[in-house]
Parts: sequence; C-alpha cells; structure tokens
Amino acid sequence: MSETGTDDFSPLDQLPGDLMMWVLIVSELLVFGAGLAAFLGVRITDPAGFAASQDLLHRTAAGVNTLVLVTSGFLAALAVRSAEAGRIGATRVRLAAASALGLVFLVIKGLEYLEKARHGIGIETDSFFTFYYLLTGFHAAHVIAGIVILGLVGIRCAPRTVEVGAAFWHMVDLVWVLLFPVIYLLR
Amino acid sequence: MKYQTQKIALVYMGTALGLFAIQVTMGLIIGWIYVQPNFLSELLPFNVGRMLHTNALIVWLLLGFFGAAYFLLPEESEREIHSPTLAYLQLIILVVGTLGAVVTYTFNLFEGNILLGKEGREFLEQPIWVKVGIVVAALMFLYNVTMTVLKGRKTAITNILLLGLWGLALLFLFAFYNPGNLALDKQYWWYVVHLWVEGVWELIMASILAYLMLKLTGVDREVVEKWLYVIVAAALFSGILGTGHHYYWIGTPGYWQWIGSIFSSLEVIPFFAMMAFAFVMVWKGRRDHPNKAALLWSLGCATLAFFGAGVWGFLHTLHGVNFYTHGTQITAAHGHLAFFGAYVALNLAIMSYAFPILRGRDPYNQVLNMASFWLMAGGMTFMTFTLTFAGTVQTHLQRVMGMNYMEVQDQLWVFYVMRFGSGVAVVLGCVLFIYALAFPGREVVAPGPAQRSKEPPETVPAE
Repeated sequence: MSETGTDDFSPLDQLPGDLMMWVLIVSELLVFGAGLAAFLGVRITDPAGFAASQDLLHRTAAGVNTLVLVTSGFLAALAVRSAEAGRIGATRVRLAAASALGLVFLVIKGLEYLEKARHGIGIETDSFFTFYYLLTGFHAAHVIAGIVILGLVGIRCAPRTVEVGAAFWHMVDLVWVLLFPVIYLLR
Repeated sequence: MKYQTQKIALVYMGTALGLFAIQVTMGLIIGWIYVQPNFLSELLPFNVGRMLHTNALIVWLLLGFFGAAYFLLPEESEREIHSPTLAYLQLIILVVGTLGAVVTYTFNLFEGNILLGKEGREFLEQPIWVKVGIVVAALMFLYNVTMTVLKGRKTAITNILLLGLWGLALLFLFAFYNPGNLALDKQYWWYVVHLWVEGVWELIMASILAYLMLKLTGVDREVVEKWLYVIVAAALFSGILGTGHHYYWIGTPGYWQWIGSIFSSLEVIPFFAMMAFAFVMVWKGRRDHPNKAALLWSLGCATLAFFGAGVWGFLHTLHGVNFYTHGTQITAAHGHLAFFGAYVALNLAIMSYAFPILRGRDPYNQVLNMASFWLMAGGMTFMTFTLTFAGTVQTHLQRVMGMNYMEVQDQLWVFYVMRFGSGVAVVLGCVLFIYALAFPGREVVAPGPAQRSKEPPETVPAE
C-alpha cells in the first residue's frame, strides 16, 4: 500500500460505471443470496414436499425465459459497445431490443403466475410457494425496474450511463440464472 | 459563530436537554418500579411513567434534530435562516403540545373526547389537537429550512438532512390513521415508529455525523460525501423492507417473516459503515480540532449505534429467534442501547460541538463533558448487558420451560436491581453533561510532551 499522505486514490474509483450502482448490485445479491440460502435451508426440513410442489412448476417456460433474459443481457452488452463507439442510434436500438425481451420475459412469467392462480396456488399455499413467489416476484419487480432504467439511459445516451444501466441489467440476468436452477430444477 | 441565526439552535438544544433530564429521571423511577412493583402505583401508574419516558425521549431527540438543523444549515448553505420568528414560534407550539400531551395523559383529562382526550395508542397516544400542532410546527420547520437551503449553497449534507426531515414529517401523518382492526393499527403504527428510527432518522444521523466529521477532522468534503451517499443508500435499501421484522406475529401474512428476516439482517450494514466512516475520517483527517469532547461523542455515537442498533438488533431479528425472544427483556436491551447510541449520543455530540461556539466560550468544560460520556456510555452498556442476561433467562424460563410470567419476573429481580444501578450512573452523567455545557470550565489540562512536540497546526482554522 502507498504510504503517501495524500492518497486520495481508491480502488473504488476504478469500478466501471457508478459506485452507487455497485452498492445497489451488491445489496441485491446479498438479498437474493440470503433468500436462496433460506430456501435451501427450509428445503432440508421437507424435501418431499418441496419436490412435489416443484413438479407443479412449468420448467419449459422458465427455460425459455432463461434464454430470453440471457439474450437480452447480450443485447445490453452490445449496446455498451456501440455507446463507447459513439453510435447513439445503434445503442438505442439495442437497448430497445433488450427492453423488449425483458417484456417478453414478464409476459411468460405472468402466464406462469396466471396458470398457478387458476389452480388455486398462492403465496400462502406452502413454504415452497412462499419462496417461489417472494423470489421470482421480487426478481420480476427488478425486471420492470431494469426496463425503466434501460429506457432512461437510452434517453440520456452516453457511454457511462449506458454502462451503469447495463450493469443493473446484468445483475437482473445473473440473479435469474441463479434462481432458475435452484427453484425449478434442483432435485 | 458565523451566522447570527445559528443562535436559534441554543434554545432548541437547551429545551432538549431539559427534557433529557426529565426523560432519564422518569426512566429511573420506572426502573425502580421493576424492583419494587408497588412503588407509586396509585400516583404514577407504570404505563404513564413509561409513556413519559419514551415520549420525552422522542420529543427531545426531535428538538435536538431541529436545533442541529438550525445550527448547521446556515453554515452549510452559507446564509441566515429564512425566518427566525417562525423558528421560535415552532418551538413554542412544540413545547405547548408536549405539555398538553403530558398533562392530558397523566391526569387522564377529557376521557373519550375525540379531539382533547388521549388516543391510547402506544407511543402515539397524543391527543388529536397535539398531533395537529406537531404537524403545523413541522410544516413551519420544513418551510423555514427548505427556503434557507433553496436560497443558499446546496451540499450533500443539506440534501440528505432535508430528505430525512421531510420523510420524518410525512411519515408522522400515519399517526392520524387509527383503524379499528388491531393488526392494521399496528401495521401503520410501525410506518411511523420503524420508518423513523430505521429509515429517515438514519439519514438525519448520517448527515449530522458527516457534518461533525467534516468540521472535526478536516477531511475533504468530497470524501465525506461519497461515504454519506453509500451509507444513506444502504440505510434505505435495508430499512424500508426491514419494517417486516415487526410484522412477524401481528396477524400479517407469513411471508413477512422472510422479508423481515432478510432485509433487517442487512440493517447492520449502514451502522457498520457509519462506524467505519467515523474512524476512517479521524485516521485520514488533517485537523487536530481542540474540541475533543465532541469528537469523543461522535466516535462513541457511531460505535454504540453499531452495537446497539446493528448487533443487538440482529441478535433477535431472525424470525426463528424472535419467535422465542419477542417482547422479552432482550427487546428492552436492544431498544435502550440503540436509541442511546444512535440518537442520544448523536444529539449530545452536535451539542458538545455547537454549545462552545454558540456561547463564545473556549476552552470549556471538556473534561467534565468527557467524564459524562464515560458515565453515560458505561451505564448504558452495563444496562444493556444486564437486560440481555435478564432476557436470556426470561426467554428460557417463560418461552422454553413455559413458566408463568410473574413467576419469571421474580427470578429476574437481581437483574432489575443492577439495571437500576446503571440507570443511576446515566442520570448522574446527564446532570454532569448539562453542567459541563451550562457553566464555564475551570480545569485546564496541561499538555504532555507528545502534544507539545507536535508541529504547530497548519493554517487550517478550527471552526
């Protein structure tokens, strides 16, 4: 470490985008991480019940949604590149495409919720579904927030803002990639 | 003192200290009722004494925040307070309202009267007319400080302070909504209580602490602001949904147990960040400020808030734990150290900094002030441990073994005696603190060789 008295240099300054976005991302990951840990903890107490409830989920729809969201993340990454190249038009098109796929995700998710509701399944049905609705619902809320953020950085289009918005979108992406196997697939 | 209107702070802080003395004295009395349950049972029933203890606390902390705002806003926004007359009028309304609430509650006047009688809701028991008065005073205050800031320089400290103060006033509006359903009543009631102390008050705390660090350590404003924003983000992120930890057993749906457990576990982060912030600023600082007492209170505040609010809060915030500990002396232990560390010590820190400036007195009774810190901090820490042990015994006997409540209380007697002793130390510390600020100092501590050999301070002036 440097021993100079005037070291205002901080590793935090080297983060891409904005420090506050990273504070938010770390906080979100802590919340989803704790939620998944709690889910796995409660699952130990009732493996059979959790497996039975899991079978009621629509795995294919969630699998398609994973592809949708990862593709959307790829488009957001492309948007950062075009923003850095100063191509504002291309950046906006890519951000719009990423947002549109976010909407597709929400529609598929909504159909899933609808199907559950038709079968009388709700957040109070059992512990599995309490976690299912809390975690996927909280994630879906972040997809909505992410679409708003991508829209905002599309309006105020600059390399830095697009980078900040894409960082949030990648976090939403990453969280889904963690939720999907643990909630839908893990036996 | 650079701005004349900073003087407004003096009457606010003075009134706050008077209420502080009443609050801790009342605490001592109800602490003795735990030892001798029939003490004053006819004259001052326990519920009235407890109401005075908790409400006097809230009111004096608020008066302290208002005083702090009137003290630091002129310096931060580089202009006089918009209207001093309004500021004094606001204080009069608040004092009359407070006296009205106390008299109405103590003598149970106008029972059943919707406007004049007490409402009987725990912590929000003020009669309606007092609540209206509080809102009027809050509006006057918000108008006054907002106008001051809008016309002047805007800094991160003024922005966050205003955000906190606006949130404080708006959330109080939930005190007017009193649904018949008890579960709903409690749900909204926490909007005031929780979203204050674990939400907007933390913004006020962080901004006042940031101001103190800026003045006492001379660290660059840019560095202070970066910390401030991170702390505030962490506080709001964890604190708002952290309200869920009050919704475990009041009749709300079961998913609140997970929302509350997960988010409120993260509430320790902003408190840790504030403690880290205070110590890092002192470490990096380039100013050797002569007001050591204010620095001691600032560091003490950040440290005790971390332990009282952060660690002791986490201790029983997971719903699996809270299922057993809810409403036992564990809660009392947490409540006492959290309020003392986060908000009492914060107020005493800004007062220790402001009083010598406001009264043009330097040096002042720093040694007595610091002695009062150790008396109060020591007393409160001892009280916290005592109540934690009492709560542990209580949880086991009552919730695990299934013993009867009053039988268990007999088993806790020795803890209550020790708690009373620590309360005496706190009251003495309070008296000492007020004396140290009110009267000129006589003692002079001669500097030792390490201090004498220091380079003369740079040209950074002590403010």
